[in-house]
Amino acid sequence: MFKRNYAEVVFDALSQNEAFARMVVSGFVMPLDPTIDELNELKTIVSEAVTNSIIHGYENKKGKVKMVMEYENEWITLTIIDYGKGIEDVNKARELFYTSKPEEERSGMGLTIMEIFSDEFYISSKIGEGTIVKVKKKLTCSCENDV
Amino acid sequence: MSLSAYIYIRADTLFVRLTGELDHHTSKSLRDRLNSLMMEYDIKNLVFNLKNLTFMDSSGIGVILGRYHYVKQNNGTLIVCEINSQIEKIIQLSGLYKILVITKDEDQAINYLGVA
Ligand SMILES: Nc1ncnc2c1ncn2[C@@H]1O[C@H](COP(=O)(O)OP(=O)(O)O)[C@@H](O)[C@H]1O
Ligand SMILES: [Mg+2]
Repeated sequence: MFKRNYAEVVFDALSQNEAFARMVVSGFVMPLDPTIDELNELKTIVSEAVTNSIIHGYENKKGKVKMVMEYENEWITLTIIDYGKGIEDVNKARELFYTSKPEEERSGMGLTIMEIFSDEFYISSKIGEGTIVKVKKKLTCSCENDV
Repeated sequence: MSLSAYIYIRADTLFVRLTGELDHHTSKSLRDRLNSLMMEYDIKNLVFNLKNLTFMDSSGIGVILGRYHYVKQNNGTLIVCEINSQIEKIIQLSGLYKILVITKDEDQAINYLGVA
């Protein structure tokens, strides 16, 4: 059976919404019956992206984060969008252990983790306009067996 | 689910058993609590037990590394034990395996530190 689904959620850039976003994505992919590892990886991707929007995009000031979730059969696409300050040098930002906020005990691993835990990873950003992170992940589930 | 920490002190070592999810949000209060306890009780070593930690992202790595730098300044040791499969991958990626002492459980950590 062909499966397709779409959902989006917009929430305040508050740190308590990191757990909320993880729960939303877990619920959304539930019908696809992901493995524990796959679910954990999806939750981690979302957690990293939403955290970045809050602490880097909006620098803990007011703002909205939008999360778009889609799947088509076993392919999941997640897009996390903020309208914050944007990234000056995306290539530098993507380097493992690079962080612009070492004084806040950031580890500089977020973007690398998103890349490793997904099959496709895209980031685009514009100074003063915001940042869009998009990941695609293919689940190993045998969805045909479902009712 | 949020985060809870069961903390106890043995000699100059602080033991921290974490249950729940360690992210940017929950790491803030954990960091403050650990920092004040370490100051107040003149703590030298730190042992994190991650057995019941069901989720951790890179903010958790930041907290552990931050405490590692503090402990190292006082020539102490930071030990992480009971790493479960949920968080193993992220710990591997972080390189923590190379700089921290990792033990199987708290008993092994106690043996390592010699805090009777
Ligand atoms: N949504 C965002 N808005 C603005 N800057 C960002 C955003 N996401 C990432 N960055 C920049 O990229 C850097 C690397 O991000 P990341 O790998 O998640 O590490 P960390 O969050 O630990 O700093 C950040 O320090 C920040 O400068
Ligand atoms: Mg980050």
